[in-house]
Parts: sequence; structure tokens; C-alpha cells
Amino acid sequence: MHSINLAAEKINPLLPHTAELIVGFVAFTLLFLVLRSKVVPMFEKAFAARTEAIQGGIEKAEKAQLEAERALRQYTEQLSKARDEAHSLREDARAQGVAIIEELRTKAQEEASRITAAAHASIEAERQAAITSLRTEVGTIAVELASKIVGEALDDQARASRVVDRFLDDLEIH
Amino acid sequence: MRSLHLLRAEGGGFVPPSSNDFNFPSFFRNSEYFTKPILLVFLSVLMISIFFIMASRKAAIVPSKLQFAGESIYGFVRNDLAKDIIGHEFMRFVPYLFTLFVFILTNNIFGIVPLLQFPTMSHVSFPYVLAIFTFAIFHYIGIRKQGIRKYIKDIMFMPGVPKAAYILLTPIEIATYLITRPLTLALRLFANMFAGHLLLLVFILGGDHLLKGVIGLKLISPFAFAFGIGLTFFEFLVQCLQAYIFTLLTALYIAGALADEH
Repeated sequence: MHSINLAAEKINPLLPHTAELIVGFVAFTLLFLVLRSKVVPMFEKAFAARTEAIQGGIEKAEKAQLEAERALRQYTEQLSKARDEAHSLREDARAQGVAIIEELRTKAQEEASRITAAAHASIEAERQAAITSLRTEVGTIAVELASKIVGEALDDQARASRVVDRFLDDLEIH
Repeated sequence: MRSLHLLRAEGGGFVPPSSNDFNFPSFFRNSEYFTKPILLVFLSVLMISIFFIMASRKAAIVPSKLQFAGESIYGFVRNDLAKDIIGHEFMRFVPYLFTLFVFILTNNIFGIVPLLQFPTMSHVSFPYVLAIFTFAIFHYIGIRKQGIRKYIKDIMFMPGVPKAAYILLTPIEIATYLITRPLTLALRLFANMFAGHLLLLVFILGGDHLLKGVIGLKLISPFAFAFGIGLTFFEFLVQCLQAYIFTLLTALYIAGALADEH
């Protein structure tokens, strides 16, 4: 250990100096304590906050993306479901329409045949009525004719009787 | 510096700078505690503390320029030195390594700061103190981690070496761990700063002396000054490098003490 006061003498620069050793020790320890208690924790806090902010942002973005994907899937699903539903509704409607047309057609045919049958029946009835009235009329006419014939040609009784018979036969045939 | 000029004036001829130029007189009551190097050490502690407290005070996610500057230095020691070398237990040693780096760096750079112009680490006492800290820390860690018996045994008898080699290896290993490591750590820093400062003294005092000489010498003088300026930039590189090396080696020794095998 040398003394600084002997500056003029040759001093071995490799020998430590007591005062400087003490000061070096104290100063360095002081600096260490200050940096350890005040600076390092603050920087670490900043680093941690920054890491968290970046990581949090990434996580948030990932979450949002997942959410969006889920929503998209849900919407797609719903859309296809709605499409299926619409399709089946259309099919149903078509089938129903066909059934209604079929039914109407059947009904119309039934109605037509019913009308036809009624017409037939009325024609038959009218024919019967005509026949009946004709018979009555023919009888009257025949009687009239007969009386005429009887009145005018009594002399030829046989011929008259033949005329009547033939007349009646004709009527029978008709 | 006072002594330098006195000496030059007395001699008349050029007196080359020597190790005596590194000794400063006391400026207060002739006390050993009031000299330039000691003042500079306290100044460095003050400057570093203020700078980093200001820089780290807000701890904002988006840093200001000041915070960014502080964080860059801190992050460099934390990630590139401590984390990469020591591994998962690195956080315990970050405060020490950080203090070491900024303390050495600041005191080294004092060597080229105008008006201060003296690298404190060229006084060997300060590197000794730092080397003693590092020495104590890495041995303490090794002993705590592995137990004193195993730690000493591993140093004396390196595992996985043929027995005959111990004759040669054991003394070397003991010398490495107890003497070479702390001594080279301190002397490397000291010698670089000492030599660097001496070199600057030679060119700048030499240039100054040439300026006082005859006309021919006066013309040479600017070259000496220019060289001195160039060397100042070179010194800046050396000063940063030495701070880095001291911290790097400390981290390596700590990592070695933490590792199971040597």
C-alpha cells in the first residue's frame, strides 16, 4: 500500500491503495443497492407489462378469430338448414297442388257422369211419357178412325176389321 | 494534471509520461479520500443512479427515449450476457452484472470525457475490488450449489480425467480458480485503461511539447494531435470492450459454478 502524498517517487501501479479500496467497495455496493432496489424491478416491470400486452393482444385476436369462425360456421349451418326447409316446403306445396288438382278432376268427372246419368234418366222418362201419351192418342185416333171407317164403310165389314187389325198390329210393332 | 505541468516546466526538455502521471495530490486537507479518482468514482455512482432511476421511473409499455436508452443497456446485460450465458437461473445475477457493467463502462469512459479525462479503472484498486466481488460470488454460488466438499473435490480432481493427469492438472486448476481468474480479471481491465491513458498522454503532451519547439517541430505537432484524437476514438472502443469482457467473464464464471460438471 502506498501513499498518494509521495507522488514524486516511483510508485508501483500494481499495488492497491487502501483509501481507494474502501471507496471502491463502498461506491460499488451503494450503486448495486440502488440499481437492485430502484432500477431493476422497474425495468422488469416494464418488460413484463410489455410481454403481457403483446401476448394479451395476440390472445385476444386469437379469441376473436375463433369466435368469428364459430359464428360463420353457425350461420352457414343455419343457412343450409333454412335452404333445406324451403326446399321441403316447396316439395310439399307441389305435392299438395297435384293432389288438389287430382281431387278436383275426380270431382268434375263424377259431376259430369252424374249429369249425364240424370240426362239419360230424364230422356228415358220423357220417352216413356211420350210412349204413354202416344198410346192414348193413338187409341183415340184409332177409335176416331174406327168410327169413321165404321160410319162410312159398314158395308164392307170384313175389310174394315182387317184395316183395324193391321193398324193395331202396326202399333204393336212400333 | 498540475504535477504534470510542473514537471514539464522544471525539466525544460520533454519528460515522457510515466506511471507517476496517474497519481493525483489530495485537494482537501491532504486527505487520501479527496483525490480525483475517488471523486470520479462517486460521480459515476451519482450519474448512473440518476440516469437509470429517471429512465426506469415510469416503466411504461411504450417507452420514452430516455427509458428506451436505459432499457437498451439493461436489456443488453440482462439478455445477451446474463440470460444467454447463465441460463434459467440468470435473474438472480442480473442486478450484480448490470451494476458491474455500467460501473466499469462509466468509469472507463471518464477517460475520454472532456475535463474529467481520467479512466478510474487505471487505478488498480478499483478493478481489484470488482474482481474480489466476482471471485467471492462465483465461489459462494459453487459451494452453495454443490456443497463445499464436492465443489473443492471437483476443482482439485476434475472428473473424467485419467488419474496420472492429476499431477499436472490439480495445481493448474487450483491456481486457475484461486489466483488466475480474479487476478487476470482485475489486471486486464487495469492494464487496458492504464495503457490507453498513457498512450493518449504521450500523443497529446507530445504534441503540446512539439508546439513549443522550433518551427519544424511546430509543423509536426498537428499530426501528433490528430493521432491523439484518432486514439481517443480507439480508446472509446477499448473502454466499452473492457466493460463487456469483465461482465462476460463474470457471467461465465457464475455459469461454470452453477453447472454440475466443470
